[in-house]
Amino acid sequence: MAVDTKKCVGCSDCVVACQTENNVPIGYCRDWVTEVTDGTYPQLEIEIRSERCNHCENAPCVRCCPTGASQFAEGGIVLVEHDRCIGCGACIASCPYDARYPHPDGYVDKCTFCIHRVDKGLKPACVSVCPTKCLYFGDLDDPNSDVSVVLKKRKWKTLIPEAGTRPQLYFLI
Amino acid sequence: MKEELIVSGRMNHLIDPQLHIWHWHIPLYLFLGGLAAGILFFAALYTILGKEKEYPTAVKIAPFITPIILVVGLMALFLDLNHKLYFWRLYTTIRLQSPMSWGAWTLMVVTPISVIWCALNIKEIFPNWKWKYEFIDELDAFFRKNLKTLSWVLLISSLILGVYTGILFSAFNARPLWNTSILGPLFLASGLSTGAAAILLMSKSHHERLAFARIDLMLIGIEMFLIIHMFMGFLASTQVHIDAASLFLGGPYTTPFWLFVVTLGLAVPALLETLELKGFKLPAMIAPILVLFGGIVFRFIIAYAGQVSRWLY
Ligand code: SF4
Ligand code: SF4
Repeated sequence: MAVDTKKCVGCSDCVVACQTENNVPIGYCRDWVTEVTDGTYPQLEIEIRSERCNHCENAPCVRCCPTGASQFAEGGIVLVEHDRCIGCGACIASCPYDARYPHPDGYVDKCTFCIHRVDKGLKPACVSVCPTKCLYFGDLDDPNSDVSVVLKKRKWKTLIPEAGTRPQLYFLI
Repeated sequence: MKEELIVSGRMNHLIDPQLHIWHWHIPLYLFLGGLAAGILFFAALYTILGKEKEYPTAVKIAPFITPIILVVGLMALFLDLNHKLYFWRLYTTIRLQSPMSWGAWTLMVVTPISVIWCALNIKEIFPNWKWKYEFIDELDAFFRKNLKTLSWVLLISSLILGVYTGILFSAFNARPLWNTSILGPLFLASGLSTGAAAILLMSKSHHERLAFARIDLMLIGIEMFLIIHMFMGFLASTQVHIDAASLFLGGPYTTPFWLFVVTLGLAVPALLETLELKGFKLPAMIAPILVLFGGIVFRFIIAYAGQVSRWLY
């Protein structure tokens, strides 16, 4: 997925859409908006990012899970199999992005890229609902997918690549 | 100067403003695991060396508390799990990349051996003990015959257990404070030292006490050395590691760490043990109790401070 930080206005529609689509319990979230203000007044620059799990290619959360509940689905999406998860919290501690949370029902939960929608050919809820169309989703291995096309055209960055997880959430800058 | 202000819209109370996923359970579990590993290591070591007579407490008496310690530790781990009904899932998979997994399996090996060890030595405590069933007598004889093998298995698995208590943390590159491989040997040394302290508390033989005071002194030295190395490593690393170290060098954990862990948990007992070895008569309980106290505080501090330390982005 790619997030256009130049177009994102921080309306949090993606957050609400996700909470509704995925029944995220009140007080938790799978995606969130971060605002970074840079510089010294009056020369300020603001970057707004819609953030979520980076579906890292070298995911520490998958590596440290003792039961194999955290796993890679086909296509590289990182998922938690709820009834294999013992709720030990190792994956939460291992994620440098703090993208996971303990669900009140016991298991650990996080962004699934709405795999239940993607399987049906739909886009993730956050992508469909974004009013500025700043979220691009698709298969990075397919050169013609929305996300591959926009990544070819624009400059981008990933967040803390130095943490070594090979994050797959791209921010257009 | 360039300044940066980050406002996150994420409001998961267990994560913001800092991670709160592990509470008292995990550090307690790691302390007890290290303590049991320490006691069992010495029991196995002196059996292998054939010095059971010289070190009766270490080999025969102290191991009696280890099954209890291990079970309490496992209970703490169990309480920490949020999805308790699925606990058994830990034992349907072996995932070598996950320290949590091989730690759970190591405990699966160590705990039964500690029980067997107690059974073998039960006559030390209850001289008139008789097993009710014959097959237990046969098992008893079997293990006695293979005592050396059993000791080797115990020696190695207790070492793994001791290292594991540290590796559990250092496997997390997301928390810079934990992300140092020194935590493995450091927690092992600390576990052995608390084990030696527990033996000191129980031992009545003067000869054994002196030997363990000497061992403990050496372990404390190793711990000091590793702690200094840990900080040197952090300070020569990236900004997030420097920030992690500064939690202890002026940050909120400075006083608890240097006062309780380093001074009271390491330096003072080292001094007392040195004096004791020099022949001074001191209350024997103080040094080992301080070592145990330092050991537990150390694990709590590392567990909590680690959850404060994070990458910046
Ligand atoms: S962002 Fe965190 S939860 Fe998502 S794959 Fe990476 S490490 Fe795992
Ligand atoms: S909390 Fe669940 S998904 Fe996370 S590491 Fe533990 S068992 Fe795996």
